[in-house]
Amino acid sequence: MMILDIKDLTLRFGGLTAVNKVSFGIEEGSIESLIGPNGAGKTSLFNCLTGFYKPQEGDVLFEGKSLLKLRPHKITALGMARTFQNLRLFKNLTVMENVMSGMHCRASSGVAGAILRPPAQRAEEKRIRDVALECMEFVGILDFKNRLAKNLPYGDQRRVEWARALATQPKLLLLDEPAAGLNYDEKMQLIELIRRIRDERKITVFLIEHDMGLVMKVSEKIFVIDYGTKIAEGTAQEVQNNPRVIEAYLGKEEETAV
Amino acid sequence: MSLQEIVIQQLFNGLLLGSFYGLVALGYSMVYGIIRLLNFAHADIYMVGGFCSLSLLTFFGGTFIGNGWLGIIVSMFITMIIVGLLGVVIERVAYKPLREAPRLSLLISALGVSMILYNSAMVVTSGEYRPYKTGLSYEGFSIGSVFITHTQAILIVAAVILMLILHLFITRTMYGKAMRAISMDRDCCRLMGVNVNKIIALTFFVGTALAASAGMMAGVYYGSLHFYMGFVIGIKAFTAAVIGGIGIIPGAMLGGLMLGLLESFGTQIPFIGSAWKDVFSFIILILILIFKPTGLLGKKESERM
Amino acid sequence: MKEKQTCLQSASAQTAIKRKNPLAQLIDRLYVLFDDKKVRYGVLAVAVAALIYLPINSSMYITEVMTTFWFNVVVCLGLNIIVGFAGLLSLGYAAFFAVGAYTTGILILHYGISFWLTLPVSVVMAIIAGLAIGAPTLKLRSDYLAIVTLGFGEIIRLAARNMEITGRATGLVGISRPSFFGIAMLRIDHFYYSFLVLAILAIFVSYRLQDSRLGRAWKCIREDEDAAEAMGINVVAVRLLAFIIGSVFGALAGSFMAIKMTAISPESFLFTQSVMILLAVVLGGMGKIPGVILGAFVVVIFPEVFRGIGMYRMLIFGVVLLALMIYRPQGLWPERNT
Repeated sequence: MMILDIKDLTLRFGGLTAVNKVSFGIEEGSIESLIGPNGAGKTSLFNCLTGFYKPQEGDVLFEGKSLLKLRPHKITALGMARTFQNLRLFKNLTVMENVMSGMHCRASSGVAGAILRPPAQRAEEKRIRDVALECMEFVGILDFKNRLAKNLPYGDQRRVEWARALATQPKLLLLDEPAAGLNYDEKMQLIELIRRIRDERKITVFLIEHDMGLVMKVSEKIFVIDYGTKIAEGTAQEVQNNPRVIEAYLGKEEETAV
Repeated sequence: MSLQEIVIQQLFNGLLLGSFYGLVALGYSMVYGIIRLLNFAHADIYMVGGFCSLSLLTFFGGTFIGNGWLGIIVSMFITMIIVGLLGVVIERVAYKPLREAPRLSLLISALGVSMILYNSAMVVTSGEYRPYKTGLSYEGFSIGSVFITHTQAILIVAAVILMLILHLFITRTMYGKAMRAISMDRDCCRLMGVNVNKIIALTFFVGTALAASAGMMAGVYYGSLHFYMGFVIGIKAFTAAVIGGIGIIPGAMLGGLMLGLLESFGTQIPFIGSAWKDVFSFIILILILIFKPTGLLGKKESERM
Repeated sequence: MKEKQTCLQSASAQTAIKRKNPLAQLIDRLYVLFDDKKVRYGVLAVAVAALIYLPINSSMYITEVMTTFWFNVVVCLGLNIIVGFAGLLSLGYAAFFAVGAYTTGILILHYGISFWLTLPVSVVMAIIAGLAIGAPTLKLRSDYLAIVTLGFGEIIRLAARNMEITGRATGLVGISRPSFFGIAMLRIDHFYYSFLVLAILAIFVSYRLQDSRLGRAWKCIREDEDAAEAMGINVVAVRLLAFIIGSVFGALAGSFMAIKMTAISPESFLFTQSVMILLAVVLGGMGKIPGVILGAFVVVIFPEVFRGIGMYRMLIFGVVLLALMIYRPQGLWPERNT
């Protein structure tokens, strides 16, 4: 079953078409990736899926429900979480507070609850804490829970972002270049983590990535876009041998010869 | 007065009021466009411009230049330069250090500058009205029973000329192009070799000078100045900028004129009256924010992340 | 699991950098000391006892100044919810006490309704005003709120000047004072105690809000609006809530002000008032409750100590605001070392 269905999605900025009639689906329970050269429109596409951009044409269906009219927070509440290409942590909050923020949409207490603290609110607070602790342990940052996010090394800040996204308890997790800026060891841990997210937590993972090695290792299916248009899809093997993909990355043979 | 005369009279009042709003709104819009700051101090610059020109005009009144049209033109020119430089200094001292700080700090800093300006003016003038004496005559021409002085007509023309010069400056020169480029992507401009600091300073200079000229015109028109005169016009000019689409230069001019006209005709509606003039324009602001927040000339922003 | 956690906590405690400055060290030590609940509640109990005792053994003047201080604590904490917690700028905060004060004044004078019953009406009016201003504005860029509230402050004043029901420029005179369980509230110490209770309530509510799901959401939005939205936080709704709660604080304080002064006029709610409250919040430290209380204290005491400054007062406030933003945007209250 497809958890996410993208149909003829088109996004324009003024005269520039950033995403052009892209269609594909993401299988529930899989790990799939979106690749493409710089400026191919990957992040724009991601932002359409998560409600940050409003595409002009096409549709995005999440479990059969259209996301186009929804604001980003609603989409997250439906069960689709994202991370950002350049880290967007709450820098001056502690790691714990960062991760707890993910539980916001899974809790409901309001003003009265906050002031009077009835048992239901206390139980909810405990649940938020427990989930946050569990997510931090899952990605391995429990040690830093009381530190300010900005004081962590870069690789650990990335982990905070993952934990925060996991805390929203998503069904589908969108990772925007999760390996950017990570060293070799951290990348290996990331591959393992992506697999654990899928296997242990039953979360579908969809990532944009530049690092081909990582993409080829981890993805079960790969979509390639260039100039906003989908040019290929398939397994790592199939995509690697696709002439259009090779052309997009390396240029045409005649051109390179000249 | 016949209906026709009322219309002519209000049209004229509206245009005059609107050109003041427009000139002040331009500075709001330019600064907002380039550093995304609602410059609260801008309205006080208008007031400072008024007082600065008054001092100059009083000084020239005793010389061969006199306080007639020559004196006014010379004072206006010098006022625009002096107050323009004040704008540059304000940017350097109060805004530049905070360019990377949270928006809230920048806003509060602007509020601080505004308070410093108008309270200084209050201390200097002891909070009293100052008459704005010029050597201009009260001659004019009549349309029906509507009397319009030459001064009033010339003020409107002068405002329009200033706006046109600005428009040409923004659209036809390298500096104008650089301003527009910075408002789109500051970091990219820096990488492309644009001297961002210089262009921001220039923007402040131009925007501030225009507000100062409006302050002077208001002095000439109303015949008196007060340290608090910038407060209400600040909100009005912001409204004008929002009506036209904040950050859009022609929008600020259009918005200014529209608000001026709306206000002068609005006061003619029974039950509204001039006591409610300011309430009327505030309601316009709220309505614009609800129904057309991007303004008349604004396009829907595709928010980039 | 538990053992592991305590071990991790001590590890993270060790990673905290030791600060060299002796003052900073002292602050760190005080923070640690106050982590102990017994110390915290002990100090609090002594403080409250002293504050209750204060009017019994001091001059009218001191009681009066302290009453003003408690009033300021309430409004500053209210504005702190908007500015400090949610990171929004409201420049027409005085308009909200005008809403409260006029609601109470009108209901008592024209309709003879008991003061205590006017309070819920005042709250409802503040919510309506907050929605009318906040809803159209907060959907857009949040800094529009600053100038729209600035405009609102003027409009409320203008409306009060021009309407029959608000008594035009003279305002409302002769608002009768209520009684509280049979005690007529006439003396200054009655008002001292009522504002003290109000202030303690405001402090309590502020703390509760700060350490809640809502409080965390405010902090997140203040830090990064887009990331907060991506985490499933309804940014517009949560901001609006901050603006409205803050406004309700202001309106309630305004209602009490109406009965304390017994007369209100449009000139009691000037822009200057709004700025002074903002200054207190910024000076003490936006978002830090003890800091805001400190700020309220400074702003109340300062003009009492420097009576001669007169006209220069607002000029000095402007300079202080500017200097704070450039040199110490976090305010006077010291930060905890983390």
